Amino acid sequence: MQTFASVLGDAVALILSGDADLMEIIALSLRVTITAVIAACLIGLPLGAVVGAFRFPGRTLATVLLNSLMGLPPVVVGLVVYLALSASGPLGPLGLLYTPTAMVIAQTILVTPIVAALTRQVIEDLDREYSEQFRSLGVGPLTRIGALLWDARYSLLTVALAGFGRAVAEVGAVIIVGGNINHVTRVMTTTIALETSKGNLELALALGVVLLVIAVLVNAAVMGLRASAARAAYA
Amino acid sequence: MLRRRFLTLAAAGLLATGLTAPLHAEENFIVVQSTTSTQNSGLFEFMLPKFKEKTGIEVRVVAVGTGQAIKNAANGDGDVLFVHAKPAEEKFVADGDGVERFDVMYNDFVIVGPPSDPAGVAGSANVVDALKKIAEAEAPFASRGDDSGTHKAELALWKAADIDVEAASGGWYRETGSGMGATLNTGTGMGAYVMTDRATWISFGNKGEYKIAVEGDEKMFNQYGIILVNKEKHPNVKADLGQQFVDWVISDEGQQVIADYKIDGQQLFFANAKPGS
Repeated sequence: MQTFASVLGDAVALILSGDADLMEIIALSLRVTITAVIAACLIGLPLGAVVGAFRFPGRTLATVLLNSLMGLPPVVVGLVVYLALSASGPLGPLGLLYTPTAMVIAQTILVTPIVAALTRQVIEDLDREYSEQFRSLGVGPLTRIGALLWDARYSLLTVALAGFGRAVAEVGAVIIVGGNINHVTRVMTTTIALETSKGNLELALALGVVLLVIAVLVNAAVMGLRASAARAAYA
Repeated sequence: MLRRRFLTLAAAGLLATGLTAPLHAEENFIVVQSTTSTQNSGLFEFMLPKFKEKTGIEVRVVAVGTGQAIKNAANGDGDVLFVHAKPAEEKFVADGDGVERFDVMYNDFVIVGPPSDPAGVAGSANVVDALKKIAEAEAPFASRGDDSGTHKAELALWKAADIDVEAASGGWYRETGSGMGATLNTGTGMGAYVMTDRATWISFGNKGEYKIAVEGDEKMFNQYGIILVNKEKHPNVKADLGQQFVDWVISDEGQQVIADYKIDGQQLFFANAKPGS
């Protein structure tokens, strides 16, 4: 059995080697995941804010639904997206199956409920704090949502990172709709799955460490941005 | 201000994806639905660049179990089908999903086992006999259990040995429900016998103490076939490009490439397309 130290060494060597194939795979992973997270935020932030800030019939149901959808099994999402994009499916003519766009769609479906459900909680808590002020100022609903989202922006950044974590580590959905095609739809997680199935456990584990390093870098970058933005705000 | 900048960034990000998409939508490629054994053994990585060099056609391989590959192709999600389960392939053509089936190459299945050899089958060349011994000893056996070509072939051999593995499932007979590599990882981990195609075994990186126990029986012959998906039934199929690939694979040149592919000096696949067919 290989030691973890030697796997770590392999991981470092992999990163330092600057292997073109590996760089391509990392770039695609980031491109697909970040696009999906942005799309999920564009849908999930307003959606979660509306459910969190307003009282309407069916609100509890909407909350339960959003919270439950956080647990969507990736394989099921992959299958649904596959059936939709398949040549014999309703969206077949678009020709999106086995493309990065198909992977973005699947991950957006996975991440949107996470963003929406966590946003709802954040906004609901903040709204409780602000509701009297809102009432006294008589602000309209749009302004209210805007103010809540803006003031909660740092918490929402963490929400987006939760979505990023889910998407970047996910394999079940992207391997079905992407097909793990070399140089086209092969990302970090599908490469790890492939190397595991080839019995190259050490390489698979080293790739896992690389993936973890990328996640750390992305999180650190976002936190750095957040810190400098906060400093600018108080300066 | 910041908010607007964020939205602009987000929009730019989405746009960028939209813009780079056409880069991958170049028309000169085909999708081949194939099996894990051809992919994991490295054959495609050896073969496809040579085809691309000659024709300029990029071949995108989706490697799944034969059962799933056939279903995907029957949905029209592929231009060529390259798998190993002759009866299922013939049905695919009979159903109108495929144009015509051609033999491409063969390798053979082997049964690998732990050095302790609990069923005493090591060195056997009679697979039916060996399976009977494994069942009698109730020695653990890890099966793909995923409707793949290897799984179908394995079930046919159990049937020939007149053993009801369904009844033993969960006991000594263990269905992993996953690909060849995953099943080998599981099987070697639990000390079980595993039936695998020779190509996957030779290129497999996690053999541990395992060795081939049963090999050389004609019944373990593993034939691969290639089929162009039928454009009449699936209008999106790139029949012209797909046909070029099929023609090349069964041509003298393609067959020579297959025969040339070796790992550690061992030939993995034996080309046997019938000339002039």
